[in-house]
Amino acid sequence: MSLLIRNGRVIDPAGSVDSVQDVLLKGDRIERVGKTLAVPADTKVLDATGKIVCPGFIDLHVHLREPGQEYKETVATGTRAAAAGGFTAVCAMANTHPVNDNRAVTDYIRARAETDGIVRVYPIGAVTRNLGGEELAELAELAEAGCVAFSDDGKCVMNAALYRRAMEYTLPFATPLISHAEDHHLSQGAAMNEGVVSTELGVPGAPAAAEDVMVARDILLAELTGAHVHIAHLSTAGAVRLVRDAKARGVRVTAEVTPHHLLLTEEAVRTFDANTKMNPPLRTKRDAEALVEGLIDGTIDCIATDHAPHATSEKEGEFDRAAFGIVGLETAVGLLMDRLVTPGTLPLATLVARLSRDPARLLHLPGGSLAAGAPADLTLLDPEARWTVDPARFASKSRNTPFAGWTVTGRPWKTIVGGRIVWE
Amino acid sequence: MGWTRKDLLTMRALDATEIVLLIDTAASLQEIAGREIKKVPALRGKTIVNLFYENSTRTRTSFEIAGKWLSADVINFSASGSSAAKGESFIDTARNIAAMSPDVVVVRHSSAGAAETLARTLPCSIVNAGDGAHEHPTQALLDLLTIREHKGHFEGLNVAIVGDIAHSRVARSNIHGMRKLGMTVTVAGPPTLIPPFVQELGVKVAYRLEDAIRDVDVIMMLRLQQERMTAGLIPSLREYSRYWGLTLDKLRAQARPDVLIMHPGPVNRGVELSPEVADGPYSVILDQVAKGVAVRMAVLFLLAGSKAGEQA
Repeated sequence: MSLLIRNGRVIDPAGSVDSVQDVLLKGDRIERVGKTLAVPADTKVLDATGKIVCPGFIDLHVHLREPGQEYKETVATGTRAAAAGGFTAVCAMANTHPVNDNRAVTDYIRARAETDGIVRVYPIGAVTRNLGGEELAELAELAEAGCVAFSDDGKCVMNAALYRRAMEYTLPFATPLISHAEDHHLSQGAAMNEGVVSTELGVPGAPAAAEDVMVARDILLAELTGAHVHIAHLSTAGAVRLVRDAKARGVRVTAEVTPHHLLLTEEAVRTFDANTKMNPPLRTKRDAEALVEGLIDGTIDCIATDHAPHATSEKEGEFDRAAFGIVGLETAVGLLMDRLVTPGTLPLATLVARLSRDPARLLHLPGGSLAAGAPADLTLLDPEARWTVDPARFASKSRNTPFAGWTVTGRPWKTIVGGRIVWE
Repeated sequence: MGWTRKDLLTMRALDATEIVLLIDTAASLQEIAGREIKKVPALRGKTIVNLFYENSTRTRTSFEIAGKWLSADVINFSASGSSAAKGESFIDTARNIAAMSPDVVVVRHSSAGAAETLARTLPCSIVNAGDGAHEHPTQALLDLLTIREHKGHFEGLNVAIVGDIAHSRVARSNIHGMRKLGMTVTVAGPPTLIPPFVQELGVKVAYRLEDAIRDVDVIMMLRLQQERMTAGLIPSLREYSRYWGLTLDKLRAQARPDVLIMHPGPVNRGVELSPEVADGPYSVILDQVAKGVAVRMAVLFLLAGSKAGEQA
């Protein structure tokens, strides 16, 4: 079973390719990329004229909610949302119920992915037992079971000594710690960013410093231990500066940014629509600009959605009591193409790199490249398609997005995992 | 110049003309309080639901009397002893009440934005009777009416708002209203109780009571909530009272002889206001309460009455 993708604009940042070519897939591997390839026997041909052919996108920050909160999302619906959004692989955060802090849960998630999933699922293990921040989870066994990183995401490990030990203990596994950088004392009670808008709305705010002090701490601990720390959902100009300076010093720190922190600001909260409530919160215009700059210059390594599905009932009531987080898998690529690539702010090849090559490298995952022999995971984009975000049509179980009604140009066209078209 | 809004949610959303219309209407309705028969038929056949998720004596009673004097049917719902106590969500409770076709829902809630959320969800008119630390527009309107009655005008007046600005919906609504009417506002309190970037709302900031009250026309003292100490915002009630409590001595030393002392209530006597100031000649605190009924009549009338084209 082979597939020849004909005449698309092939962008493969790992191989510095950006030109119209053909891509031949054989079985679950990439056979070769070249101009006007001959069609071998028993090969289906897909005409991709006018389309963009990329290595499969990888979202290393997704909440699949299974096990435990299947009313919000499941592996089945979450991976369909991923495929519909052009993602061929997702990393599943550990804050499930029960928490992914032991091998049984990791095995369960992987078994679900095997039977119900349509894209690749890489579990992330908890750093501490039950995300309690008090004692280490069984990190070696979790790594052996297939966890690709460790994170207490949703919470920050406030105890610096414990976090240091987690960094040291995991050094042999090449599994980064993914830090949800937030000083819980500074952010206590907060439902949005602290600033002029929170002052006007009377909503308790978290200052940017609540994030920055933890980013600084994590950088210092990475420097102390030699471990690789990855900062999740960077949201402040200060954090961008800290990461940039640390990288320049050679510290093993990487970072991700979400589409919503790139595209929205705290001004969106004025509606009191809880779909503008997430953690970290939407910040200021100055922060958003610094994030875009960091994404372009490579301070920020990758784009991750922090896909956080919640039921409507958890998002429609009082703002301060609503759940944190929004879904992101099905809107990320279209929004970024339209709002950052089309205006010329972000080169398309950079967007592709930050969604494929860079997350793959960061977590040592297969994929992220179109080199011969690489997994046949590809994302095909239609740069001309104009569409309006309609949550009712999401493959995700949840509808919590602040982007409903946005009309954008550009979207995923087909998603290929292991040589099979899983979404079109 | 008529009233066109479905809801009264914030002072921020109103322009000066709308604010003056509300105050003028309230002023004309004040005389009802002095009548032998305190009832006019303006809202006969209209249903008003007071949806109170937070304890309130003054505001709830004031809305209830206002509705009754206008001949509306007024129903009080308080969260304790109701379906909310059984775990029904705010929005579900509101939808159920809306299904009974009220004309106006008056809402008080501890969450900022609760009134906006209701206005987006329900078809009837919504009046914000206080939402968290966000806004309390009818309080600001009654404060403004009180100021105009005593000072005769708004333009050019200087006001000091003193105390826990960070957690005060009264301060926010008054800042918006006063700025729109051409008044100069100074907010004052210890820095931990002054919200960040408050100057961007067009106010000055003072960190000493003496500086704030010097030569102003109006001093509005805010209630200090006891829980601010446990949150580490102030060291002790004693220290707060010493530096931020308004006493007769401080008043005589710094303030104008014709200054108005206001307070939205309930007063912590001996904390933010000494008893001689609260009950003294400068105080218009009970006058504020009386004006509250007139203001709420005006709001209910403009939202529910004018649609039917009826006259008060």
